[in-house]
Amino acid sequence: MPDNQSHSDSIAGAGEAEQPVKVQARDVCVSYSGKQALNHVSIDVPDRSVTAFIGPSGCGKSTFLRCLNRMNDTIEGARVTGSLKIDGLEVNDKSVDPVVLRANVGMVFQKPNPFPKSIYDNVAYGPRIHGLALSKDELDAIVEDSLRKAGLWDEVADRLNHPGTSLSGGQQQRLVIARAIAVNPEVILMDEPCSALDPIATAKIEELIDELRENYCIIIVTHSMQQAARVSQQTAFFHMGNLVEYGTTEDIFTNPRDPRTQDYITGRFG
Amino acid sequence: MALSKTAHIVTAYGEELDQLNDELARMGGLVETQLTTAINAIARRDAGVAGEVRQREKQVNAMQVDIEKRVLRLFALRQPMATDLRMTISALKISTDLERIGDLAKNIAYRAKDLSAYPALGLMDRVERLGAIVIQQLHVVLDALSSFEVEPAIRVWRADDEVDERYNALVREMLISMGEDSSLVEPGVHILFVAKNLERIGDHATNIAEALHFMVTAAPLEADTPPAS
Repeated sequence: MPDNQSHSDSIAGAGEAEQPVKVQARDVCVSYSGKQALNHVSIDVPDRSVTAFIGPSGCGKSTFLRCLNRMNDTIEGARVTGSLKIDGLEVNDKSVDPVVLRANVGMVFQKPNPFPKSIYDNVAYGPRIHGLALSKDELDAIVEDSLRKAGLWDEVADRLNHPGTSLSGGQQQRLVIARAIAVNPEVILMDEPCSALDPIATAKIEELIDELRENYCIIIVTHSMQQAARVSQQTAFFHMGNLVEYGTTEDIFTNPRDPRTQDYITGRFG
Repeated sequence: MALSKTAHIVTAYGEELDQLNDELARMGGLVETQLTTAINAIARRDAGVAGEVRQREKQVNAMQVDIEKRVLRLFALRQPMATDLRMTISALKISTDLERIGDLAKNIAYRAKDLSAYPALGLMDRVERLGAIVIQQLHVVLDALSSFEVEPAIRVWRADDEVDERYNALVREMLISMGEDSSLVEPGVHILFVAKNLERIGDHATNIAEALHFMVTAAPLEADTPPAS
C-alpha cells in the first residue's frame, strides 16, 4: 500500500494501532451550500479494528462518515475537498464508480432498513447485481456465510423466504449487516447502529462488531459513550466540524488531553 | 473544590461527586485526629485515650463503608468517565488507606496505654519525633487532596525515605539497648510496635499521594516523576 504509513505531527493517528492504515484522510473539508460542516480533517484509520466517532449532534462525525462512501454526492450543494484514500486509492477520483465504492464500503444505518423482500433476497441482492455468484449454489453459500458472520443464521435458517421486515429490530439490523458483508466490503460504516435497539439486541450487535473487526475496518458513529468505550479500539472526538482529539479508546476515556473532549465525555458544560 | 473547572450538565451527578469528595475529606480529618491523639498520648504518657480512640475508630469504619457505597452507586448509575472516573476510583483507594491508617493509629493509642506503665525512656522522644514526621506527611497529603495539588503529594512521596531511615535507625538502637539492658525488652517491644505502625502509616500516606497524583495527572507516580513545579 502506498504512503499509508506516513505519520506527521499534524495528522491524527491513534498511536497504538498495530494494523496498517486503511482509511487515510488529509485536510478533508465539507460544506453544504456554502455552510462549512467539516474543517480540515486529517486522520489515519487502521484496518481490522473498530474506530468510534463521537461528538455532539452536528459536530461533523456523520458528515465525515458519508464522505467515505461518497454519500455526500447525492446531496445538492455538498462540496468535498481534500484527500480521502482507502487502501491508497483516492475515493473522490473521477475514475471511481460510486456503486463499486459502496460495495467496498458497506454502511449500516440507525434504523434497520431491510428491502421489502425475503431474508434470502435481502442478502443475495448485492452479490447478484455485482455478479459475485456464478451459480445458485454459490449464491446460497454466500447467503449462508454472510448470515453466519452476522450471527443470524441459526435464527433464520428455517425461514429464509420470510420477509426481512418480519424479523425483530435487532434481527433486522443483523440482517442488513449480513447484506453489507455479502458483497465482500473492506470497510463497514455504522451510523448509530444500535440507537433503535433494546439492550439485549444492542449487546448482540456489539458482540458481532467485535467478531467482525478481525476481518474488516469498522467505523462506528455513536452517541453512546459507553458503546464507544465498549466496542472500539480507537476513538475520535469531533466538535463543531473539527477533529479535536483522536487516540486509543482507553486514553480518550481515562485521560483525554483536550478540555473539550473532557467536558463532552464527562457530561459537563463545555 | 472540584477537579474540573466546568460543572456537570446533570446537577445531581455533580453533587454526588462533590459529596464523595467531602466525605473523603471528613474521613481524612478524622483519621488525622486519631493519629494526633495517639501520638500525643505516647508523648504525655496518657493511658486514658483508648476509649475515645475506639469510638472514633467506629466512625472511621462507617465512613469507609459509606464511601464504598457512594463509589458503587456512581459506577452503577453514572458511569463516570475521564477525570470523574479517576476521581471515583482514587476515592475508593484512598478511603481504604485512610481506614488502615485509622486502624494503625488505634493500635498506637493502645500501646500508649501499655507504655504508660513503664518509667520514661530516652528512646521515647525518638518515636515521638518519628510520629511528628508521619503526622506531617499525612497532614500535607490530605491538604493536597482537598485542593487537588500534585506538588505537595510528590514531596510527601519522596519524603517517605526519611521515615523509613528513621524507623530503621530506631530499630537498630532499640536492639542494642535491649541487648544491654533486659529490663528494656518489655517497653521496647511496645515502642517497636509503635514505630512499625508509624512506618506503615507513612507508607499509606505515600499510597494516598500516588492515588492523588493519578487522579489529577492520569499518570502513575514513579521514581522518575519530575517535581510538579
